Amino acid sequence: MDINLLWIPLLPFLGFLINGMLGNRFGNKFVNAIACGLPILSFAISYAAWSRLISEGTELHWNGFPWIWIEGLVEIPFALHLDGIAAVMCMVITGVGSLIHLYSIGYMKGDPGYHRYFAYLNLFTTFMLILVLGDNLLLMFIGWEGVGLCSYLLIGFWYEEDANCAAGKKAFIMNRVGDFAFLLGIFLCLAHFGSLDMSTLTDATAISALSAETLSVPLLGSVSVISMIVLLLFIGATGKSAQIPLYVWLPDAMAGPTPVSALIHAATMVTSGVYLCCRLMPLFEAAPAILAIIAGIGACTALLAALIAFGQNDIKKVLAYSTVSQLGYMFFAIGVGAFSAAFFHVVTHAFFKALLFLGSGSVIHAMHHEQDMRKMGGLRKQLPFTHLTFLIGTLAIAGVPPLAGFFSKDEILFAGYQQGFLMGVDSAALFWGISFLTAGMTAFYMIRCVALTFWGESRVDSSLEGKVHEPGGWIGFALFMLAVASIVGGFLNVPEFLGGHATLGHFTGLHGSAASHGAAASFSPEDLHAAEWKSMFLSLAVAGSGLLLAYYCYGKGHALRTRFTGSGVGRWLGRLSHRKFYVDEFYATVFVRPFETISHLLFILIDRILIDGILVSGSALLTRGLGNWFRKMQTGFIPGYLLTFGCGVLLLIYMMLSLIQQGGAQ
Amino acid sequence: MIPELPSFNLPVLTLVTLTPAIGALLLSLVDRNNKALLRQGSLMISCLTLLFSLLMVANFDNSVGTMQLEESHSWIESLGINYHLGVDGISILLVLLTCFSMPLVFLSTWKAIDDRVKEFHIALLLLQTGMIGAFVSLDLILFYLFYEAMLIPMYLIIGIWGGRERVYAALKFFIYTMVGSLMMFLAILYLYQHAGTFDLPLLLERLRTTHLLDANQQFWLFSAFTLSFAIKVPLFPFHTWLPDAHVQAPTAGSVVLAGVLLKMGTYGLLRFSIPLFHDAAFNLQPLMCWLAVIGIIFGACMALVQNDIKKLIAYSSVSHLGFVVLACFIPNVETITGAILQMVNHGLSTGMLFLMIGIIYERRHTRELADYGGLAKVIPLFTIFFLIAVLSSIGLPGLNGFIGEFLILYGVFKVFPLWGVLASTGVVLGALYMLNMVKKFLFGPLVHAENRNVADLSPREILYLLPFVVMMVWIGLYPAPLINMVKPTLSLYVEMLKS
Repeated sequence: MDINLLWIPLLPFLGFLINGMLGNRFGNKFVNAIACGLPILSFAISYAAWSRLISEGTELHWNGFPWIWIEGLVEIPFALHLDGIAAVMCMVITGVGSLIHLYSIGYMKGDPGYHRYFAYLNLFTTFMLILVLGDNLLLMFIGWEGVGLCSYLLIGFWYEEDANCAAGKKAFIMNRVGDFAFLLGIFLCLAHFGSLDMSTLTDATAISALSAETLSVPLLGSVSVISMIVLLLFIGATGKSAQIPLYVWLPDAMAGPTPVSALIHAATMVTSGVYLCCRLMPLFEAAPAILAIIAGIGACTALLAALIAFGQNDIKKVLAYSTVSQLGYMFFAIGVGAFSAAFFHVVTHAFFKALLFLGSGSVIHAMHHEQDMRKMGGLRKQLPFTHLTFLIGTLAIAGVPPLAGFFSKDEILFAGYQQGFLMGVDSAALFWGISFLTAGMTAFYMIRCVALTFWGESRVDSSLEGKVHEPGGWIGFALFMLAVASIVGGFLNVPEFLGGHATLGHFTGLHGSAASHGAAASFSPEDLHAAEWKSMFLSLAVAGSGLLLAYYCYGKGHALRTRFTGSGVGRWLGRLSHRKFYVDEFYATVFVRPFETISHLLFILIDRILIDGILVSGSALLTRGLGNWFRKMQTGFIPGYLLTFGCGVLLLIYMMLSLIQQGGAQ
Repeated sequence: MIPELPSFNLPVLTLVTLTPAIGALLLSLVDRNNKALLRQGSLMISCLTLLFSLLMVANFDNSVGTMQLEESHSWIESLGINYHLGVDGISILLVLLTCFSMPLVFLSTWKAIDDRVKEFHIALLLLQTGMIGAFVSLDLILFYLFYEAMLIPMYLIIGIWGGRERVYAALKFFIYTMVGSLMMFLAILYLYQHAGTFDLPLLLERLRTTHLLDANQQFWLFSAFTLSFAIKVPLFPFHTWLPDAHVQAPTAGSVVLAGVLLKMGTYGLLRFSIPLFHDAAFNLQPLMCWLAVIGIIFGACMALVQNDIKKLIAYSSVSHLGFVVLACFIPNVETITGAILQMVNHGLSTGMLFLMIGIIYERRHTRELADYGGLAKVIPLFTIFFLIAVLSSIGLPGLNGFIGEFLILYGVFKVFPLWGVLASTGVVLGALYMLNMVKKFLFGPLVHAENRNVADLSPREILYLLPFVVMMVWIGLYPAPLINMVKPTLSLYVEMLKS
């Protein structure tokens, strides 16, 4: 049977249309069936395509139709392509996506915007699939901006509150800033490669043909074309994937319904930046200088976000910063050339972070929309199943073997270790250090989160007494499935030194590390394996100490914690972390407010006063004044008229003579 | 693809151009109290015109880049003025845009205009003839007549059916445009005296071969033509008439003004200023491009600080048409294709936005953003349509606005990266002011009690908004038919400019 790729994004799109137009007429059962049924069908097709890819090794392609097509100049088709990475991404999107759709049935029950919610969610799935399957950069850009749109709509889903709309708007505009760079990157690609097809952009001969070309860029001087392209695309990725300096929208995006946070702001959309890098791996690898920058940005984002996560009391905010931090890991991996590890982490992170978000949603749902962890505590008793799954997610993200996060994070850290120490790249060593520390911090803030929410004394408001129950139903089902995925997900890509086959890495064809191609020959397998063991023990040790420290701070007694927060430095640090290092305030003071002020000033000074006041009205006044003046010349005094007439005749004669002279000269 | 047509030689362009005017004549016979007939009659006439314009498309050969469907008759022989019409890839889409919008505009006025209905409809129909005529005229005097003929109905529409300060706005509009077009008229006369013809194709030919213009002449003639068009566009800093005109004009006036009339300026640049005086255009390229880029950014900044929705959209037009002017002065096939698509797309998105603001104005009689907020809950259908128009306007890929913007920005970036980058910031700024507006307008808490009972879209309103949405999606996903229509002309056009 032929598989038409178009169906994968088209089915959820139909769901969007049907629910969007008819959803409010047919009641919730109908909405559920459409909204969940079609993505599940899409999952089935993705699965079929994936198994076709495994069994026959044929990548699927849908030729589509010409989109922006000026023969011979700009030829951009609307075509879809499915290879290894795309197949895995499709499965994750439709798989995790379907679970979250099902979960939403329980979570959104009774909301007045029920059908609208599901229509948006289906539309999101569509755009995400177009992003993944698009065979050229511009088609990917449709998906890229489309998911941004859905994110905007869903963050501001409860639009009656100003803060929610502001968060949605902030997300869209910050993303647009990134997209501005993305678009310039696309222009450069089209101008220099002559095509935006993925196959051209990843073609080794095309890339090497361009490698010598340079551009002169203001401030940066002479930069190679490829580096510039990669830099611009990466800036685009920092918007969508919430990296420094464009990450501040993601924590605010938690204003949306929690399943949305799970699907869009954890599992899928925010990883598109990483996906972009993987998709264009050969291009990125051709720009080693930019890769170093990417590694640095990734590691620093991971650290900064983890530091902020320490000081947050809103359960979703902790998870949001944790997402930013984990995305930082993925970019660090890209930066050290470990594309395979980054992609692996995308997949495992989709499992455990969706699990954590849905778990937090389950708590929030049970707590009647309370998100402040200071008003929780001891929920383990009322929500045992949620607690168990949340703990699984926590251990997975902390990197406890053999859960999913352990394998992927270990692979990332090893790639950094390898480039930093075995290959002797100093910057990589530094960034590895940062990421290594962050691994410990991750374990710490996640245990803090679990402890504040589920363990210890109950701080639940007395009005909720006896009302907190395990949600069950679809919510429980989704939690269960994702918990299973978080436990076994890591076995997708067990490294060879642990007796695995790095299955995912082989299937996607992504490079495991900068050393695994090219420089690999210089290491003996024994050396490598020894280093791998060493790196693994190090990361286990740091994760373990983070877990233990958090346990002694939050789980068992508070002596350590009180001693730290009691000290001056501790208070100061806590405040800094709680206030998110004042980055939002900084942006507001340096960019947002000055821009608004300048616009106001321009409006008043240039538009109103200078142009409309002085120039336009001024010339009107001038005309009127001249008219008055001329009127005064109508004196009725004949000699005066004659004099003027004579002057006029002389002027005319002069002009005619000069014209004739000019004619003669020609 | 195109059905075989009966081969009697219909003067299609004359039909398209004059049907509205003849309709206006017929309407003048109708009793002024029979408002229903006046409304339905003008709707029918505009639909008939649309039909003729489709006939024009059916007869248009996509593989030919020169003028088509030409009609040429001697008109005032002693002065050498001909009745010469023709369409090519540059004008055909604009004619279509005009014919597409007018029936929808007529539908939108059924409730809004209740005073002097007869005059209003006649004015609109005459305006339509003026617009189409200007797009298809190939004789400078004929063009000038149509060009000026648009001015009077528009002046009346603003001045009679407009808002509180309509007279000031109408006068400003009139004088502003008049100043420009007088200069152009003098330039046309000078050209006739120089090359001995008003016929555009002939003139183009002669100016290149036998009747060359020196740099000085080119400069002054170019300036005269371009000033007129720059005011019409409007190009920064000639834009201040536009916000006033838009705010005071009735909805239908705003829609026609933004949807079609402004394109007369960019069309004029493409059709006259640049090809006739291309040395001057080339020499003044830096100036014009800077003005365009400043217009893009400045217009966006202005839109950001407006409290009146119509003013906001008016300034967004300044920004959006800056892209088109930029494209016109950096001519390659990509940019000009983009420019033409952007003209169409801006007509669709801004036209729809003005229609929708008209709808809400009919219900609430205010355009101040501060008087709104939280409407999404009361009028969900309106919200959806409005969001689509906004997204089209900010160039969301997948909708029409993106196609034109992409082609323009790419084409500019390829040749002049600096201008390309600066212009691209308009994409970010566009999202900024539009989403700000949406937030204040539709979202947030419902603070004003008056807004609690606003009625959602009526079937008639849906009927005239839906075609816009269909076009937006269609052009966004499958612009190939439009691109194919303009491409042969533009290849020739760009080649001609290069030679």
